[in-house]
Amino acid sequence: MKILVCISHVPDTTSKINFVEDDTKFDTGGVQFVINPNDEFGLTRAMWFKDKQGATVDVVTVGGKDTEPTIRKALAIGADSAHRVDTEPLDGFQVAKELAEVAKDGKYDLIIAGRESIDYNGGMVPGMLAKLIGANFINTCVSLEVEGDTATAVREIDGGKETLKSSLPLVIGGQKGLVEESDLKIPNMRGIMMARKKPLNVVEPISADSLTEAKSFRKPKPKGEITLVDADNLDKLIDLLHNEAKAI
Amino acid sequence: MSILVYTESENGKLKKAAFEVASYAKGIADLMSTSVTAVSINADNVEELKNYGVDKVLKVSNDKLSKFNADAYAEVITQASKKEDSKIVIVSQSANAKYLAPLLAVNLEAGYASNIVALPKLDEGFVVERTAFTNKAFSMTSISTDVKVLGLSSNAFGLKENEASLSEEDFSPELSDANFGIDVVSVDKNKDKVSIADAEIVVSAGRGMKGPENWEMIEELADVLNAATACSKPVSDMGWRPHSEHVGQTGKPVATNLYIAIGISGAIQHLAGISASKNKVVINTDPEAPFFKAADYGIVGDAFEVVPELIEKLKEFKANNS
Repeated sequence: MKILVCISHVPDTTSKINFVEDDTKFDTGGVQFVINPNDEFGLTRAMWFKDKQGATVDVVTVGGKDTEPTIRKALAIGADSAHRVDTEPLDGFQVAKELAEVAKDGKYDLIIAGRESIDYNGGMVPGMLAKLIGANFINTCVSLEVEGDTATAVREIDGGKETLKSSLPLVIGGQKGLVEESDLKIPNMRGIMMARKKPLNVVEPISADSLTEAKSFRKPKPKGEITLVDADNLDKLIDLLHNEAKAI
Repeated sequence: MSILVYTESENGKLKKAAFEVASYAKGIADLMSTSVTAVSINADNVEELKNYGVDKVLKVSNDKLSKFNADAYAEVITQASKKEDSKIVIVSQSANAKYLAPLLAVNLEAGYASNIVALPKLDEGFVVERTAFTNKAFSMTSISTDVKVLGLSSNAFGLKENEASLSEEDFSPELSDANFGIDVVSVDKNKDKVSIADAEIVVSAGRGMKGPENWEMIEELADVLNAATACSKPVSDMGWRPHSEHVGQTGKPVATNLYIAIGISGAIQHLAGISASKNKVVINTDPEAPFFKAADYGIVGDAFEVVPELIEKLKEFKANNS
């Protein structure tokens, strides 16, 4: 089985979010970049397929040279080879178009991407990629098994779960649940050394168009003062929630 | 070129999200001096849409669509949009809508913007405001394609009543086997519980509860308020509660009317995930907990004393106000 894991290079979840250049660009100063958490759950599941079912695992990212440490980390975790499509994408559609080229060339059985990146939260790349290459697609996937050419997946729905079956090739929008938090791997020294020797192919972009563009950003308005209520005066809280907040 | 809105239903009944996206569609239709067409799949109570400004509804009735199937549903909406020559197609941000929207966008060669929180600005192209960085920021996003797919965040626009004279039309899109490439084996939905996505109120608890055996009072509080239950990341990581309850940056976002956080200190990732909620209440023993800086109402106190008393008081309140 050939697996492709799509990796997005995103600010760590603890990052302070600020903008520069008249609020048109994300301020990367002092920000630590990591593998998008939703992608990392997928990557770790791919490693399981490699260990247990002999799968080969490629990783791919669409981004500039600054994303290479992130994709090297994926190699250090155990991916076999990496592709970096050398362009700075403006939207998820452009990413999906570039990934579709890599996906078609590689004839992958399974493509795993996170259900969304934690920076722009577009939530569109895996679905668009699937449609562009004519593969089946399962989103918000929390469990995935593959036997022969059939995948069985569990998808999270609002208020429950759904079990689905699909033939391959299949694109997955993954998230926590594909593996547990405790299954995530920190690369060891041997992994890091080996990653230096693994191929990282820089791929020329097809120069796909973007269809949308983030023109500017703003931060939420500062929060007003909290109203503290004494623990012995819960009637007051109920009164506030009923009459002021109109929430109960 | 009507605005097209996909109005979701469950067990034949339109969901609240359907009326919210309809309200939003009417808002855009007014800006652009056009009408609103809804497309519904196996829904019975479509006449209610007339209260939210919908002029026409395309009713799809098809047994093959009795279970949600993203590709087939996206195909239905694609064909409805072509039939109406719609340039704007609006969906909610339910799990199902988020699943089908990218497929729909590729079908229509449309630009797609998700998590939209306000009406578009039309003075410089077509620009929508959407949340980004998991609610830590908003992004003004322009869409340059002729056809546009918009995903409206839940509870961002609200319900707006607008009387319209609704016409109903049966619609039978052509579906092929290729649209059913994925087989839905089973659906396991908790029918007695409100889901986080559909809830008006969410009661959430964290490590301060000391162990999974103490969740009974959280469940009871949720029951009294007809609320969904949720939890913090450590609680789901330790297996005290299922992952599906984990809210925050790597869990579920919560955009509810009232969010009650009990024994949750308020890590930055958690606060980001719930920040779109309108009213936040924190109950925590530690007055220095970061959650107190993010909440509207706070109680410094022991959950094990406060929550049982709150349950009793709320029962009284409900009895007097029903």
